[in-house]
Amino acid sequence: MKKLLSGNEAIARGAWESGVRIAAAYPGTPSTEILETFAPMPGVYAEWCPNEKVALDVAIGAAYAGARAMAVMKHVGLNVAADAFFYASMTGTEAGLVIVSADDPDMHSSQNEQDNRRYARFARVPCLEPSDSQEAKDLVGAAFSISEEFDTPVMLRTTTRIAHSYTLVELGEPEVEDRPEPPSYRIDTGKYVMVPGNARRRHPVIEERMAKLARFAETFPYNQVEMNDRSLGIVTNGVAYQYAKEVFPEASILKLGMTYPLPKAMIQDFAAQVDRLIVLEELDPFIEEEIRLLGIQVEGKIIFPICGEFNPQVVRDRAIEAGLLPGSARVEVKEPEKGPLPPRPPILCPGCPHRGVFHVTNKLKLVVNGDIGCYTLGFLPPQAALHTCGCMGASIGVAHGVAKARIKERNAAVIGDSTFFHTGMPALLNTVYNQGHTITIVLDNRTTAMTGHQHHPGTGRTLQGEETVAVKFEHLARAMGIEEVHTVDSYDLKGVEEALRACLAQDGPAVIVARRECALLPEVRRQWLPLKVNEERCNGCALCFQVGCPALVKSQRLDEKTGRPKAWIDPLLCTGCEICAQVCAREAILFRAQLAGNGG
Amino acid sequence: MTKFDFLLVGVGGQGVLLASDILAEVGLKAGYDAKKAEVHGMAQRGGSVVSHVRWAEKVLSPLIGRGEVDYLLALEKLEALRYIEVLRPGGTVIVNDHRIPPVSVSSGGDEYPDDQRVRRVLSEVAGDVRFLPGVELARELGNARASNVVTLGALSQCLDVDLDIWLEVIAERVPEKYVELNHQAFLAGRRQL
Repeated sequence: MKKLLSGNEAIARGAWESGVRIAAAYPGTPSTEILETFAPMPGVYAEWCPNEKVALDVAIGAAYAGARAMAVMKHVGLNVAADAFFYASMTGTEAGLVIVSADDPDMHSSQNEQDNRRYARFARVPCLEPSDSQEAKDLVGAAFSISEEFDTPVMLRTTTRIAHSYTLVELGEPEVEDRPEPPSYRIDTGKYVMVPGNARRRHPVIEERMAKLARFAETFPYNQVEMNDRSLGIVTNGVAYQYAKEVFPEASILKLGMTYPLPKAMIQDFAAQVDRLIVLEELDPFIEEEIRLLGIQVEGKIIFPICGEFNPQVVRDRAIEAGLLPGSARVEVKEPEKGPLPPRPPILCPGCPHRGVFHVTNKLKLVVNGDIGCYTLGFLPPQAALHTCGCMGASIGVAHGVAKARIKERNAAVIGDSTFFHTGMPALLNTVYNQGHTITIVLDNRTTAMTGHQHHPGTGRTLQGEETVAVKFEHLARAMGIEEVHTVDSYDLKGVEEALRACLAQDGPAVIVARRECALLPEVRRQWLPLKVNEERCNGCALCFQVGCPALVKSQRLDEKTGRPKAWIDPLLCTGCEICAQVCAREAILFRAQLAGNGG
Repeated sequence: MTKFDFLLVGVGGQGVLLASDILAEVGLKAGYDAKKAEVHGMAQRGGSVVSHVRWAEKVLSPLIGRGEVDYLLALEKLEALRYIEVLRPGGTVIVNDHRIPPVSVSSGGDEYPDDQRVRRVLSEVAGDVRFLPGVELARELGNARASNVVTLGALSQCLDVDLDIWLEVIAERVPEKYVELNHQAFLAGRRQL
């Protein structure tokens, strides 16, 4: 049966068909749907971990114990998990271990662009790359075979465009039977205890493994030559293969399904048969550099960009500039003069609880060291309330450093609930231990919101829907020795302000848990109730517009005295959070209770 | 080679992704190869959303290059304007006549373009520009949020695909209790063009 699947869905299916029974991950765009698709499949165990390093350790443990296991993360997740990635390469595993790294060219939802094939080479781990969903599914199976044959973890690298494009996939059935009896744990300390003596003995084994894998790459069926017109030969990988086929239908192509280690003889042979050799690969000149090391003349990044994502147009335009295609190949584009257009960047949703907290940090003129999550968007005007964002968990350490360096203003760390569990906890411990007085605001919207509502250790549910302990931030903070701990409702502007003022008035480290469910959670959606503006009271002062809610727009009606447009609330967007109603100085925005009184 | 390249644009929360799901699946059922590309992440609602859907005997790139889109389907007017140059000169634009001003219009100095400007600019590129009151039609049927399917219904008039296929895919893609509403929404849009 054929089905339209995203690359992520195909990987989940491939994992199930390959007999993966244990998978672990931390949500991260563009990888999140892999575990969400895998978790409900029959006979599997899957979990969200607090971070990618823990997820990879869990998968490694499962593979040590003889179960095929998979860890899934976005590209920067592998930075967090890098320690584990390297030791797993050194030890190998008893059963197959695959690490899915979903890279994000063009940073659709990331803080930096990085090419994780560098990690594969760095840690001596083979790297496979699919060019569509069918290959994404098939390469999972190939990855497990390679992992077990060569005693190595295998990286399956996707990019956003593979992860989130839907293409046809032929579904198969699981190959592997469940183990009837749990096996005994096989103890092999020389292989699995990486103290210097053992590690020194392992390193040559790893180098030898890579040499064997390089020979294997020569016959790996997903490295494919398609000979056509020999005037141009294109070496390509991943989704760039699709662009190569579309833009250069006549060219000869060497498609690499395994990009580390490379099939050197195959490349040499291909290069010898074509007049001009180019590499078409997104991000780093990874394949290109390896080909140069073979002493072969090749062009790559001199033609195609390092930054951003490819598409047929980028590839075609650059190819025309480089003389690879005639000028007549250019696609006619008509660019009319549009006049200025207001941008529509991602923004805090209507009803977002973070908006209320940012309103107060602005009022108190705090410098805010932020973190990764929906609330990062608080940096945007009109609130412009968040002033740094680097990586997961950075806020608390950065805020501590800022405070230790001493500035005139007071500062606060702002971090989401899931991000706090991810890497915020050690940083908070550091603030306490080193006698910082930073205020840490945990924006607890009861979910991992930005990636699409995943559970985390604070929600009381696991990935597979089991009820579990709901860890409380207040308890953690107190256990770390913090005495100033407040819990407030993020929608209650007065309450948030009182808590912040109390924290500012004392000199120790403080934690405020600003709690309110994400407005998009299904149980909250059911309570949406659009507010209304009393047009007679509104004088167009525009104070409410400063909270930056998309549901609040300028009405067509102007105030007679001020001549300014009154406020209007779009009933299709408003959730009834009442943040704007609290901000309005003229009581012109009706609270929920008043709506009922007014007959709705 | 017969090919149909669609770009669907709108604002997060309007149902661009559901509309593109349906469209891709209809392509498959009509006997084409189909691919669909979209980007998740960042804000859930309120940002600009784009989805590429391609039908052909064999589809290669999941993304459509600029100037190659045959049908631009816009669930919001400003977004139609934002993406118009993706359209093949002479191609078709179908616009849900609905306005969602970005926050920079209320809190900053930005202006939402007026209808005259929207129509003029779209006509400079497109051979065929169709506006339909998707939100009003959907509201009349009882749920203004079905304007995505109304707009899809309008698009269906431009394509030679059996009505039954559309209705079947819609029934597969929406929760059971909303099938009737979405069928009505689709037909209302279909009658508009």
